[in-house]
Amino acid sequence: MTDATPALSPPSSPRLTPAFVIGATLVGLHVIVGLITLFWAPYDPTAMTGGRLAPPSLAHWAGTDRLGRDLFTEIMVGARIALAVGIGAVAIAATIGVTIGLLAAFASRTVDDVLAATLDILIAFPTLLLAMLIVAASDGASLGTAILAIGIAASSIVARLTRILARRVLAMDYITAARVSGTGWLGIVRIHVLPNIWPTLIVNLALQFGLAVIAEASLSYLGLGAPPPNASWGRLLQEAQATVYTAPFGAVAPGIALVSLVIGLNLFADGLRDVADPTRRRR
Amino acid sequence: MSLIDLAAVSFAYGRSRKVLHDIDLRIEAGRNLGIVGESGSGKTTILRLLLGLARPTSGRIAFRGEPLDPRDRLFMRGFRRSVQAVFQDPYSSLDPRQKVADIIAEPLRSLNVDTDIDAAVAEALASVDLPSGAAGRYPHEFSGGQRQRIAIARAIVSQPELVLADEVVSALDLTTRIRIVDLLKSLSERTTLVLVSHDIGFVALLCQDLVILEKGRIVEQGSARNILSAPKHPYTQRLLESTPRLPDFT
Ligand SMILES: Nc1ncnc2c1ncn2[C@@H]1O[C@H](COP(=O)(O)OP(=O)(O)O)[C@@H](O)[C@H]1O
Ligand SMILES: [Mg+2]
Repeated sequence: MTDATPALSPPSSPRLTPAFVIGATLVGLHVIVGLITLFWAPYDPTAMTGGRLAPPSLAHWAGTDRLGRDLFTEIMVGARIALAVGIGAVAIAATIGVTIGLLAAFASRTVDDVLAATLDILIAFPTLLLAMLIVAASDGASLGTAILAIGIAASSIVARLTRILARRVLAMDYITAARVSGTGWLGIVRIHVLPNIWPTLIVNLALQFGLAVIAEASLSYLGLGAPPPNASWGRLLQEAQATVYTAPFGAVAPGIALVSLVIGLNLFADGLRDVADPTRRRR
Repeated sequence: MSLIDLAAVSFAYGRSRKVLHDIDLRIEAGRNLGIVGESGSGKTTILRLLLGLARPTSGRIAFRGEPLDPRDRLFMRGFRRSVQAVFQDPYSSLDPRQKVADIIAEPLRSLNVDTDIDAAVAEALASVDLPSGAAGRYPHEFSGGQRQRIAIARAIVSQPELVLADEVVSALDLTTRIRIVDLLKSLSERTTLVLVSHDIGFVALLCQDLVILEKGRIVEQGSARNILSAPKHPYTQRLLESTPRLPDFT
């Protein structure tokens, strides 16, 4: 080999930033807690296990609610609900959003314009309004309607991002080279478009996950989320609101749980940017 | 034998004005063709037509005497295998997320070429003077000249009869450029080349025939020797004057 600038250097390995480690740890804790509740919890989350509105004690780490249920148990189960809604909503958003975004990117100018305008309208549509419509159209609020509403709302954002990212990739010469190589449209999506857009996409999906957790808490707070006895952090916060002066601890624990998961997801997303794409790492 | 014929071909992007007017040209096996013109004269557009990536607004394009029809899958598979291309920008033309081996193997996989892919990739790498270890690396680990070699390896891996090259040395420095010219020269013993460039000096090093393009029209065409020694059209004369005298590599 004789070219003037030999640039054969070893490939750079991904670097774990502190943000990523802290984020992954916070998210990991919630996941572990959520999984544990599938098999075991300190108390039955629906049973009256102590005095009403009892402050935190050794028996009840986070105190009890107005029905005497153990708040720590409810918060543990709430992690499972929050994660389930997050995973479900992100899965829906990724499936619908990526598909529509890719179709728009490949579509003719007119179809693309129509899709882009539709997405802009959908993005302007508040998640809460969408959730109310979906609840109204179904049998009532449930875990499923919450997941669906949050997922659909997020899918328009994912679709718009996918469309922009895919357009950028499709303009590259390696796509022309692929066409000249006889690669069909599906092959181009699979071999070139998806691998080049997923690092950015996955970061956005992690951020959407955090937003979905907040949206779930908001819906539950408003009574549009999973109905009792599902222990949602949003519902715990709503119940604590009535007694916030007499028993403020009722709001503290679910608040910490919610904020720590969302911060964890955001840090995780931020760190993922560096890990997922070592070639475009920020200095 | 003529590989590709363009007859009275005109082309416009969408509804805008025509960028190619009434182009007649023939690409013959064994005779390298240079298409020369200033930036914006329509060279890349001709190449896109020759590759079947765009359809002429009017006129006919034939591959081995058969009309080029992108909807005819079987025909296009044979065409893609026989006609390959190298692009101007060695950065944008290689997918940063593919390993070199997969980049080079793409035509073989997409066209279902029945061959030992690893062996074909190794042979293509050897043909462009890259070490076999390059196969497992990613494009960002290579310099511009090396990347252009990878792109050339991809273009020759299916053993095409014709390789179209769009300004392949424009983005490279002079010494790298000379080495790529040498490489193309050795390749042209096996395959016919169509070189597109604004640089008549570069094209003249490798091509027997020349087509001079001005604002989407052919103003002069013929053997490189005749055109270089006695350019008839004033535009050709200007192109020749604007090219610095190159050392004689032959
Ligand atoms: N995608 C496109 N859409 C509209 N016009 C284009 C497009 N690509 C090129 N053109 C126009 O076509 C003409 C020829 O361009 P091109 O074939 O790229 O020339 P060259 O390769 O010789 O520089 C130019 O006027 C250019 O502006
Ligand atoms: Mg060009």
